[in-house]
Amino acid sequence: MSTLSRSRPVWAERPSLPARAAKNTVLAAVAAVVLLPIYVVVLTSLSPASAVTAAGGLVVVPGGISFQAYADLFSGGVVTRAVLVSLGVTAAGTLVSLTATVLAAYGLSRPGSLLHRPLLFAVLLTFLFAPGMIPLYLLVSDLGMIDSYAALILPTAVNAFNLVVMRAFFMNLPGEIADSARIDGAGEWTILLRLVLPMSKGVTAVVGLFYAVGYWNAFFNAILYLNDNARWPLQLILRQYVQQGQQLNSGSLIGDAVQGTASAPNLAVQMAIVVVALVPVTLIYPLVQKHFTKGVIIGAVKG
Amino acid sequence: MTERAAATAPSPDRALAPPPRRRDRSGRGRRSGRGPSLRARWLRDRSLLLMTLPAIGLLAVFHYVPTFGNIIAFQQYNPWDGVAGSPWVGLYQFERLFTDPRFWNAVGNTLVIAAVQLVFFFPVPIALAILLDSVLARRVRLVLQSIVYMPHFFSWVLVVTLFQQILGGAGLVSQALRGAGYAPLDIMASPDAFLLVVTSQMVWKDAGWGTIIFLAALAAIDQNLYESAAVDGANRWRRMWHITLPGLRPVIVLLLILKLGDILNVGFEQFYLQRDAFGSGVSEVMDTYVYHQTLVTGNFSAGAAAGLLKGAVGLVLILVANKTAHLMGEHGVYRRS
Repeated sequence: MSTLSRSRPVWAERPSLPARAAKNTVLAAVAAVVLLPIYVVVLTSLSPASAVTAAGGLVVVPGGISFQAYADLFSGGVVTRAVLVSLGVTAAGTLVSLTATVLAAYGLSRPGSLLHRPLLFAVLLTFLFAPGMIPLYLLVSDLGMIDSYAALILPTAVNAFNLVVMRAFFMNLPGEIADSARIDGAGEWTILLRLVLPMSKGVTAVVGLFYAVGYWNAFFNAILYLNDNARWPLQLILRQYVQQGQQLNSGSLIGDAVQGTASAPNLAVQMAIVVVALVPVTLIYPLVQKHFTKGVIIGAVKG
Repeated sequence: MTERAAATAPSPDRALAPPPRRRDRSGRGRRSGRGPSLRARWLRDRSLLLMTLPAIGLLAVFHYVPTFGNIIAFQQYNPWDGVAGSPWVGLYQFERLFTDPRFWNAVGNTLVIAAVQLVFFFPVPIALAILLDSVLARRVRLVLQSIVYMPHFFSWVLVVTLFQQILGGAGLVSQALRGAGYAPLDIMASPDAFLLVVTSQMVWKDAGWGTIIFLAALAAIDQNLYESAAVDGANRWRRMWHITLPGLRPVIVLLLILKLGDILNVGFEQFYLQRDAFGSGVSEVMDTYVYHQTLVTGNFSAGAAAGLLKGAVGLVLILVANKTAHLMGEHGVYRRS
């Protein structure tokens, strides 16, 4: 219902002017609290040195525009590499996660099939306890995965919650279609790929988004498993050069191409890193937003 | 509801799934030999099993194997000797843990943060959902939803960085204060402000996302109830009190119970990232304790012991929370069929 437009029912009294003003003020304030920090960061990243100096820090009032900070970042230095690492890990990880999750969700969607109960139980049991940071670290280390990108993907590749959400969705699909396909001689792979997945685009998009955002935002696993900072993903760069404020404009951090040329103010470069970290998720999630309620609610409320 | 709660023993394969198609419920008899033979079932279901294999394999390797790896909590583990060669020390690691004041500091901080979250975070999505639901214009509502959901998709590094840029010593607020001739204010490094800062960050990041579940519950309330109440003379506040809030009650109770079962998991990265700024006195939680203990002492067994203890207490809490949910007639994490 919440996606439909509604008109005020006849029995509802019209709110008084002060009440409406108060409500709108609160809503505007909520939106502003979310948007203002982002506005300031984006604006600063796009400001020339003069504007940053004039503002004495973050820029609130636009004072010219400059893409120098982004040119610096993408000139082949540390940040360029980190963005590529993050994009690669996100793409590969999402592919692995989504494949394993869709397959298992379908494989477990038929109660009464062979080993259905013990396998499902094994998945659900993972909700109740986490393996613990130290044993997991030792395992990854024993498997020789330290300093490999596989360490950023495989340990978190399957999320039982996402699996259960998809399984619930598959089980809610009308069974007659699959049954008739089966009578016509279709195997399970055909049914999954040709019938079930095309009917499940929404939930697949939502689960894919959850995985992709998880990989893009992952921070701590890289701290644990990557000793070689040449392999760092973007979130670690964000932490080191922005949150911890380490100077970026020195040495080999910026690509060779721009060394010795005029570079953007440090603050603008820092804010540009922030923007690069937030832009992908900001662009993608509205595309699947209309499916959120379905995906989240199937898993959470209906149980 | 009550009927369901009082019904049969928990059936794990019903967990978190909607009721299966009716047919399946009566088809259970297949298991007791009347149905196809094992060989026939293998032939019929082998592709399903093959599909399940990658996910089960990943969970087995990266969830179950390290879970058993927790036995090093009962050893003096040495990476060169491995689990097989390291000496067994019984409960020594736990004894050390219990006498470590930093451990109790971490436990205390975790509980305080959880309590503050419960009181100051938990109600915000409910209020925000009721407010959003009252916006009649569809487009405005969708735009507002998009805006408030957004921060949920930001990483903790990003959220902490944004807060630092606005509220930190070199941030926007301090910048404005300096400009107006006042002393700058650095609440991002003041231990006294720690709870305020971390709770604000949680609200900023996740309160909007938290509204989804309440918005769905609001949409499920029968609109005729409101009309009848209005005809009977109930004003908007009375309707909210007598219809809206009771309509949200099952979701509120469920989430509250789940939160109580999850009380030791207050988050990790948020605290890890700000531990240096605020100091471990206020910001050390159980997970960061595990990490820093192991890192500082190089003692994997001590870290594993702390993690295992947390996991065991967390498991008991979840089971108790679910039991409570069932007793109150709610679904809990897994449902009884």
